[in-house]
Amino acid sequence: MKFSLGKWLLPLYTLLALIFLMVPIVYTFVFSFNDSQKSNITWRGFTFDKWLNVCQVQNGAVCEAFGNSILIGVVATVAATTLGTMIAIALVRYRFRFRSQTSLLLFLPMATPEVVLGAGLAAQFLSVGVPKDMVTIILAHTMFCISFVVVTVKARVAGLDPALEEAGRDLYGSATQVFARITFPLLLPGILAAALLSFALSFDDFIITNFNSGPVTTFPKYIYVSAARGIPAEANVIASAVFIFALVIVITAQVSRAARAKRLAKQG
Amino acid sequence: MSSGEFASAGADLELVGIQKRFPGFTAIEHLDLKIPAGSFFALLGPSGCGKTTTLRLVAGLEEPTAGRILIGGTDVTNQKSFQRPVNTVFQSYALFPHMTVLENVAFGLRRRRIGDPVAKAHEALRLVELDHLASRRPQQLSGGQQQRVALARAIVNRPALLLLDEPLGALDLKLRRQMQLELKTIQEEVGLTFLHVTHDQEEAMTMADTVAVMNKGRIEQMGAPEELYELPRTAFVANFLGQSNLFTGPVVGSTSEAISVDVAGQKVVVPAARAHRHTGEVTIGVRPEKLTLHLTEPVDDVARNVMGPGHVVDVSFSGVSTQYIVEVPGIGNLIVFAQNMAFGPVAHEGSEVWMSWNIEHGFGLEDDASAEPRFEADDTTRSIATQKRSSLLTELEGA
Repeated sequence: MKFSLGKWLLPLYTLLALIFLMVPIVYTFVFSFNDSQKSNITWRGFTFDKWLNVCQVQNGAVCEAFGNSILIGVVATVAATTLGTMIAIALVRYRFRFRSQTSLLLFLPMATPEVVLGAGLAAQFLSVGVPKDMVTIILAHTMFCISFVVVTVKARVAGLDPALEEAGRDLYGSATQVFARITFPLLLPGILAAALLSFALSFDDFIITNFNSGPVTTFPKYIYVSAARGIPAEANVIASAVFIFALVIVITAQVSRAARAKRLAKQG
Repeated sequence: MSSGEFASAGADLELVGIQKRFPGFTAIEHLDLKIPAGSFFALLGPSGCGKTTTLRLVAGLEEPTAGRILIGGTDVTNQKSFQRPVNTVFQSYALFPHMTVLENVAFGLRRRRIGDPVAKAHEALRLVELDHLASRRPQQLSGGQQQRVALARAIVNRPALLLLDEPLGALDLKLRRQMQLELKTIQEEVGLTFLHVTHDQEEAMTMADTVAVMNKGRIEQMGAPEELYELPRTAFVANFLGQSNLFTGPVVGSTSEAISVDVAGQKVVVPAARAHRHTGEVTIGVRPEKLTLHLTEPVDDVARNVMGPGHVVDVSFSGVSTQYIVEVPGIGNLIVFAQNMAFGPVAHEGSEVWMSWNIEHGFGLEDDASAEPRFEADDTTRSIATQKRSSLLTELEGA
């Protein structure tokens, strides 16, 4: 039998790529059950303790950092999504002075290296005299999230047939009603995608946060700091929990979409 | 329109001195139009003639640069789109993709807080025979069904005026015929005023009571379809609404009854009542189906114009009729439609033929076949540059 390279190469490559991607996640997950002492590097036995008493270690420092990250993420996401959606609609629908310049300006935070952005913002806050705390982090996050929201929502607005809104107005809908019942529901998938992206970016951000956080500790910052003397297993617990939570959301979305498609196909 | 009540009947529409300019070009130069209540009015013209702009002005989706719009005697020029007793069937249908068919139809009723919107929506869907699909989404329907939903969504509101923006353009021929019939039936049943915008002359003629032919932002001629067809006033109407044979020449004799025109040496008589100009160079014409083809020179008849001899240069057989193109030296090509009363074409390519037609069937135009455009075409360097620039900008932003 002739040996077919192509037949084996692709599955092998895929397998290796998957292993490469999965190893850190599996490692994190497995070591969240480690009965660790000072450091969480060697395996000392299986325990549920870290999952059950996640907020006890170091006076709850892990949980506090996690809580901060969630709070910052939520506030920055809401602010960035609201502002970004409005900007996106304005950029697509209206012609105004400095329109293309606005587009360029919104693109800059994505193109600028995070170190530069973080350091620049820190210098800015210092010279204006704003003390660094939660507020400065939220401001910084909102700023860079807006860019991503605008890009995401803009595509959706551009794909929206203006005749739909005209039809809404023609059918006795006032400006507010047309927005609430036609424009917004049709943009919603784009807005939700933008919000998810914003939250992920904010929750994940370390560099910009580190420059502008002052005494406030976020989850990425906590991990970075504790990495020097050994990350506690509680951090693994939270990281695993976040991963599982995200996985559940994705699976739920997929399943409900498949069910919907099936239902529609049945009707048609 | 106040909420909670329907328009009692169709209302008449009046456009007074409407002008609409966009950056770089003029869509409507000057438009006066009155459409009586309850009529089916078609605005016919080639693309870019301003007909869709006219419709959008009436719907309130564009604001006129100058002029007034009156619906049922009320000035609505400054009213917003949602305040006008007008509904539109959009060219793209513009059905809301996130709502069911039923919710689409009930949308207008709910906005105006009309009692029992669901029952009324079902009733409208029954009228277009789609009630069994009420719970579907628009994207699950065929083009023809979507079109009927769009129609139901508009008429359920019983607007004083219903605007149709080439809604049949996307349908195939058979479906289009069905919808034309359906529209006409609905119009007769509910008694609304219909304003139908189309570039399809056949559609306009079969459906409308009154047709206005629009060209370059102006109405060239307005009247009943038969009147427009049999007695076109301008060369544009003569050629856009069906086909015409047009001749230009000086008037060589005129009586109170008729004028005779010298067309490259051949005398053609047109009734004075059917000619707009009686002196000087005039353009006259006759419809191709009014011509009779002769294989021998016909005997003189005072009631008929004779033209020829010429040579047949093209014969195309289309079942019920045959179209001949005859080249007459000094005059050019003439089109003849001959009913196929006997088997096959009677003349062949290269045959020498004469043509004759009843004097009563000729018409004299107001303008010349080669007349200058009615108003200056906006093709100055500056306006072209403006248009280019704005289209480029749109393109760039889309990228």
